[in-house]
Amino acid sequence: MKILAPVKRVLDYNVKARVKSDQSGVDLANMKMAMNPFCEIAVEEAVRLKEKGVAEEIVVVSIGPIQAQETIRTALAMGADRGILIQTDADPEPLEVAKLLKAVALAEEPSLILMGKQAIDGDNNAVGQMLSALLDWPQATFASSLEVAGAVAKVTREVDGGLQTLELDLPAVITADLRLNEPRYASLPNIMKAKKKTIDIKTVDDYGGLGSAHLSVKKVAEPPKRVGGVKVDSAATLVSKLKTEAGVI
Amino acid sequence: MAVLVFADHDNLTLKDNTHKTVTAALALSGDVDILVAGQGVSGVAAEAAKIAGVRKVLTAESEALGRQIAEAVAAAVTPLMADYDALLVPATSVGKNFAPRVAALLDVAPISEIIEVVDAQTFTRPIYAGNALETVVSSDPKKVITVRATAFKAAGEGGSAAITAVDPGPGAPKTRFVSDELVKSDRPELAGAKIVVSGGRALGSAEEFQRVIEPLADKLGAAVGASRAAVDAGYAPNDYQVGQTGKVVAPQLYVAIGISGAIQHLAGMKDSKVIVAVNKDGDAPIFQVADYGLVADYKTAIPELMAALETVKA
Repeated sequence: MKILAPVKRVLDYNVKARVKSDQSGVDLANMKMAMNPFCEIAVEEAVRLKEKGVAEEIVVVSIGPIQAQETIRTALAMGADRGILIQTDADPEPLEVAKLLKAVALAEEPSLILMGKQAIDGDNNAVGQMLSALLDWPQATFASSLEVAGAVAKVTREVDGGLQTLELDLPAVITADLRLNEPRYASLPNIMKAKKKTIDIKTVDDYGGLGSAHLSVKKVAEPPKRVGGVKVDSAATLVSKLKTEAGVI
Repeated sequence: MAVLVFADHDNLTLKDNTHKTVTAALALSGDVDILVAGQGVSGVAAEAAKIAGVRKVLTAESEALGRQIAEAVAAAVTPLMADYDALLVPATSVGKNFAPRVAALLDVAPISEIIEVVDAQTFTRPIYAGNALETVVSSDPKKVITVRATAFKAAGEGGSAAITAVDPGPGAPKTRFVSDELVKSDRPELAGAKIVVSGGRALGSAEEFQRVIEPLADKLGAAVGASRAAVDAGYAPNDYQVGQTGKVVAPQLYVAIGISGAIQHLAGMKDSKVIVAVNKDGDAPIFQVADYGLVADYKTAIPELMAALETVKA
């Protein structure tokens, strides 16, 4: 079977986002960028399914600027087979991303779309669900374990009260949560091998184009700063302050 | 305009997230209805009907809705949106799971985890783990919005809305429920608790987490939380996780034990009224947001804290 793994290039997880002084957005100029951590977990899971002999081919797709090739290259070094970059300097909304990915899915006909549950920039947590709805394929979000047997995926999901297990008829869309796996570091030979793998550079028009924007960003502001308080010298002082000063116990 | 609020419940009781989402809905319109989708939900619907300011309560019942399967919920909700201008859903794991599907089926852009209603088209939401707040204007004729409930006050009681059953929709033919593994606890629920005690990686093991964090939580009548590091290491179950990708809490008192305070954790608790941090590293970032910091090893500090609490409670 074929797996499609959409990946996003975002501000590196370890870099603190800073708001631009004109409040037009977050400053990304000259910042370290990397693959969204949840996408990395999804790619790792796809590679493990290939290693188990469940999947034959892993196609990685990214929508973004030309530099998103590096993100695809990272996934190829982890073990994916080929990449598609839908090159755009626009920052498409989740709905538009879902529509482009739907067009890719119809062209590639994967049995499984494995992707991150959310990107850590917009924190929308929406594309997987929308893609599943647009394709009318079943979905399992927030996956913490995945087994594929024949045309059925058994997925355990992290939900508010604990865990929920579902069975989905393939093809399906599955979004990865943190504890699905721990992604590997690509080895040097695999990084070299990845340089020879194909990345097709496409345009949004190859997949139906971008619709008009539904949302406009009015401003992006710093959150109100929380000011640190005092250090206390003992547990007894702490309890007495919580009781008399803060009144919370 | 009319707004539909999706009720948060477990088929037995209505959750407070619903009351908070009603407050957000009333900021948009005076015409607010509630949908209770589930199975055997007459008790939940009766509770929802009592929320002040609610016009009517709709119920949709089927087995798949009882399991809150996203495909089934979206299929039940989407046709109802013919009569509404906005859908407001608490940003729980159920809400986040189905709301974007409704948006896709209506061809509108979902707006995730709003913390403020600026006006009927304009909403503020955190991005980058809460390190920035984005204010967006939606030009869509219908809005699909998930609501971070901790940012809104709960609507009061005193209403007496009529209850009507609606079509539960086709279910989820390609998805089957297998099992639930829900953590049972007598403690308050993490998302709505007045006091939260959270443990971090410093605890070192699941046994130590239970030995130290749980008695302190019980002494305070608190819910138990954990940092991602503690959950990843297996010290605490996944549903304890507080942070960017776990639960967002805003209790009266948040007590962080052995938590360094990564930005992803702070994103989940920095709106708490009072934050207490106990950490042996005086330079830990958690102290930058804590109202009261105690630089000490939890091994000595927690027994002292328990003893001091005993004295004030007596």
